[in-house]
Amino acid sequence: MEKIVIQDLCLYYDGHQALRSIDLSVESNEIMAVIGPANSGKSSLLRALNRLYEIDNARITGKIALDGRDIFDIPLNDLRRRIGLIFATPVVLPGSIRKNLSYGPRLHRRIGKAETEELVCHALVSANLWDEVKDRLDDSAARLSGGQQQRLCIARTLAMQPEVIMMDEPCSGLDPVSTAKIEATMLELKNEYVFILVTNNTKQAARVSDRTAFFLSGELIEIGKTQKLFTSPVDIRTDDYIRGRFG
Amino acid sequence: MTFRIGPRTSQIIAYSILLLMTAIMVVVLFFIIFYILKNGLGQLTLEFLTDKTREMGEEGGILPSILGTVFITVFALLIATPLGVGSAVYLVEYTRGGLIRRIISFGADCLAGVPSIIFGLFGFIFFVITMNFGWSILSGGLTLAVMILPTIIRTSEEAIKAVPHTYREISYSLGGGKLDTIVKIVLPTALPGILTGVILGVGRAIGETAAVIFTAGSSLGMPVSVFSSTRTLAVHFYILAREGISMPKAYGTAAVLIIIILAINFVAYRMMHRFIARYY
Repeated sequence: MEKIVIQDLCLYYDGHQALRSIDLSVESNEIMAVIGPANSGKSSLLRALNRLYEIDNARITGKIALDGRDIFDIPLNDLRRRIGLIFATPVVLPGSIRKNLSYGPRLHRRIGKAETEELVCHALVSANLWDEVKDRLDDSAARLSGGQQQRLCIARTLAMQPEVIMMDEPCSGLDPVSTAKIEATMLELKNEYVFILVTNNTKQAARVSDRTAFFLSGELIEIGKTQKLFTSPVDIRTDDYIRGRFG
Repeated sequence: MTFRIGPRTSQIIAYSILLLMTAIMVVVLFFIIFYILKNGLGQLTLEFLTDKTREMGEEGGILPSILGTVFITVFALLIATPLGVGSAVYLVEYTRGGLIRRIISFGADCLAGVPSIIFGLFGFIFFVITMNFGWSILSGGLTLAVMILPTIIRTSEEAIKAVPHTYREISYSLGGGKLDTIVKIVLPTALPGILTGVILGVGRAIGETAAVIFTAGSSLGMPVSVFSSTRTLAVHFYILAREGISMPKAYGTAAVLIIIILAINFVAYRMMHRFIARYY
């Protein structure tokens, strides 16, 4: 089943076109990797899906549908709850671990103390962080290590009970152990969520994703089963990129 | 043969010069405070702090002036803080750094540098005469509010601008609206900086003479309402010294003023540290 359908999507920042006529669909319960060199439009794609491009003064043309419904017909706060975004650099909000996790859900509805506890606990368990922080939920989130902060950011998104989780190079600043933990989390959660993983690390895309899309200069060059794309790409540019000839 | 100073020596010279500059600054500051407290502390009796002023200040205490100072300063803050923080939020969050923001920021900078006596004259003409508030706590407070507003706007603006853009992105990406983001994320993060501006404003307002002498008058009566004329500590001190009424009482008044300012700063910084420890 198609979770997200993108048709003829273009995105423009102030006189510069970042996405060129993208047609793409994301299936339910898949991990889709998006690879490509810097400035290829990967992050712009994510920011188009949850309409975060609006705060950058960008504009889009084309159509994006979530579960068959145009994203502009979905209330903005609901859209952003359903499509969570995890940024490249883990940025925790000022305040405790608990406050970081309850901030999002409380924007959408009133929730009592017991339910907050449950949400916090469930999100931390899902993000593989519970054992490390269960005794210090009221400590400042800024005191966690980089890898823990990124898993807290994932938990913060999970606490929103999203349907799609977009990750923008979530492991770019992390060590191999933290990276492995985050990849394990993704594979564990794969059946409950749709993942769109933007990554610079082609090996990571190969390890976790079902399908991979290759972007270059704002264009979607090629998309296919990850294994096929990495072993026998159709386009010569994809081949060059995977083999490390540029980018 | 050329003589060159090695990197180690130049480090030592630079360090010594900077240390000397700091030392001069600290010594001068402490000398002023020490000198005033030395001359004034002897005057600080319970009677001096709690009695009415008699014989133009030669006798009695300074309670009316303490109350007048507190009322005017608090009144000015109550007006200037919400206005200043509100404008700063508007400038940073809603104008996108355009021409309007630059014009207002430039205007605020200019206003911050205007001598206080100009504000006094404006307050006298506008609040005292045109609005017919008379010489009163109301006129004085409003004048001081106008005077410290630029400081509060500019420091709040800088504090709000310094809140990382990523915090806002995260709040939006979690489905937060603009107002949620400002109230729950931006303002709490900017609070220490905003508080610094408010403290600077208090410092400027509490020790002000020129602007209040024109607008609040110099009555020695006990202030009973916002329409009472009053004499702030700084004005009282100025008149005692200027008219040669009583130098010991003048030093006593100055000592009280300095102690109040130190106490405000101490409490504010304690509050700020407690806040920062809780949030970071």
